[in-house]
Amino acid sequence: MTHIHTSTTAPVIDRPVRLEVSALKKSYTTKKGDVPVIEDLTFDLRQGEIACIVGPSGIGKTTLLKCLAGLQPITSGQAMIDGNVIDGPPEELALVFQEYTRSLMPWLSVEHNVKLPLKHLHLPAEERRQRVTSSLEAVGMGDAAQKYPWQLSGGMQQRVAIARAVAYRPEVLIMDEPFASVDAQTRFELEDLCLRIREQFDMTILVVTHDIDESVYLSNRVIVLGQRPAKVTEIITVDFEQPRDQLTTRALPQFAELRSKVFELIRKAG
Amino acid sequence: MWQLTQTSEFLIDIGSSLANLVASFVIASFLGVLLGLVLGTMRFLSWLLEPAIHFFRAIPPVALVPIFVSLLGFGNETRILAITVAALFPVLISTIDGVRANDETLDMVSKVYRLTWSERLFQVTLPAAAPRILSGMQVSLIAAFVVMIASEMLGSSTGLGAKTLLAQQTFAIADMWAGIILLGIFGYLATFLFDLFRRRILRWYIAAQQQERQL
Ligand SMILES: Nc1ncnc2c1ncn2[C@@H]1O[C@H](COP(=O)(O)OP(=O)(O)OP(=O)(O)O)[C@@H](O)[C@H]1O
Ligand SMILES: [Mg+2]
Repeated sequence: MTHIHTSTTAPVIDRPVRLEVSALKKSYTTKKGDVPVIEDLTFDLRQGEIACIVGPSGIGKTTLLKCLAGLQPITSGQAMIDGNVIDGPPEELALVFQEYTRSLMPWLSVEHNVKLPLKHLHLPAEERRQRVTSSLEAVGMGDAAQKYPWQLSGGMQQRVAIARAVAYRPEVLIMDEPFASVDAQTRFELEDLCLRIREQFDMTILVVTHDIDESVYLSNRVIVLGQRPAKVTEIITVDFEQPRDQLTTRALPQFAELRSKVFELIRKAG
Repeated sequence: MWQLTQTSEFLIDIGSSLANLVASFVIASFLGVLLGLVLGTMRFLSWLLEPAIHFFRAIPPVALVPIFVSLLGFGNETRILAITVAALFPVLISTIDGVRANDETLDMVSKVYRLTWSERLFQVTLPAAAPRILSGMQVSLIAAFVVMIASEMLGSSTGLGAKTLLAQQTFAIADMWAGIILLGIFGYLATFLFDLFRRRILRWYIAAQQQERQL
């Protein structure tokens, strides 16, 4: 195991850019013609940074993630990962889908679902097994390795999908409303898991969420999308001390300040 | 009946029928799945060939037997060919349907995790299409069975179907009934064994469906 310890107080500003989105524009081609969804997005993520994307429903958040994951062609502008233009699924990236009940293979057990993407990485068998077990344990699904997806609740399925992404060890992890279907307690645990894997693996993480408190708690920066077609309304820097803590961080006066600011922006954006 | 079952010739008949059925069914399933995978993924090719497929499928399989006999004579190859063709279409069509019905999200998951070509085929596409493929195979098996009998009744002297017809024509009523009953048992066993196979392969699917019904 490699132990990468980023100093918890090091400002991410000094770190290399991992994901760079510049003047990205996206239209869907439909029978009725081109429908512009994203007008103009520019932002970047530095290594080890967590950013949250917030914005009203239907604004194009999932569309953006699909463009970044190379699943949808970008109409103009570009997205780069480690300096390479994204024009197909990049190997450095994993995506946790919003459709949590449909993103696992029902014919594979939980364990094999997590293992499937690791097969072609040519890892030693021992490491592969270890990654599967540790990531399942990290999401609290260690006991369910032999179960099948249809034996699990929606929230549990989503946790397995998160474990699959974590075991893959991408440099950039993208999640589309990953904690929307779990109870409050699990949600806090998964948020902390997210902070922990960033710490442990120095991952760069981009999360779409509807939960304003969550966006402030998790992020180094909150990217607020607004207008239709979508533009970046504002990027808010969140500079609390790391590591964060569910009780103390959320009780900070700046926390309340930031969440009202995000809330205000979303309301204006909608 | 006792007499009939005693003779070793009779065992040869059963053996011949069984071998034809199994060989044809296996060939048809293999070809059907293979072709179905190709046509299910390649839109253009299937657009070209689909009308022909649906035309041939519409012909009752038994009607093909005389055509093959007139083209190829009475040999055993004719029988195997006729049974195979009859069994091919149900698997083929259900495989095409199964491959097309692939879930979009799982497709995206396969792309994001950059599954290899063979991983996608064997771990995603085929298992996802398996419920439909196996229902198609079930229909194929019945078609194969019917055509097996029909092919033996036309100008053949070996096989259960031939013996049953011969018995009927020579007024060996007991033998005729024995043949019919044996054909029944034969057919029943074939579908029974296939169902065991199907349940084994689709354990996840059957269990998931039961789960859904309980909710
Ligand atoms: N494949 C598609 N073809 C055409 N239009 C699409 C397609 N996918 C999404 N859209 C449209 O693009 C817009 C943005 O959709 P998207 O799913 O990205 O929104 P979202 O911000 O993720 O919404 P939510 O918060 O509800 O998940 C919507 O108006 C949607 O109808
Ligand atoms: Mg969405």
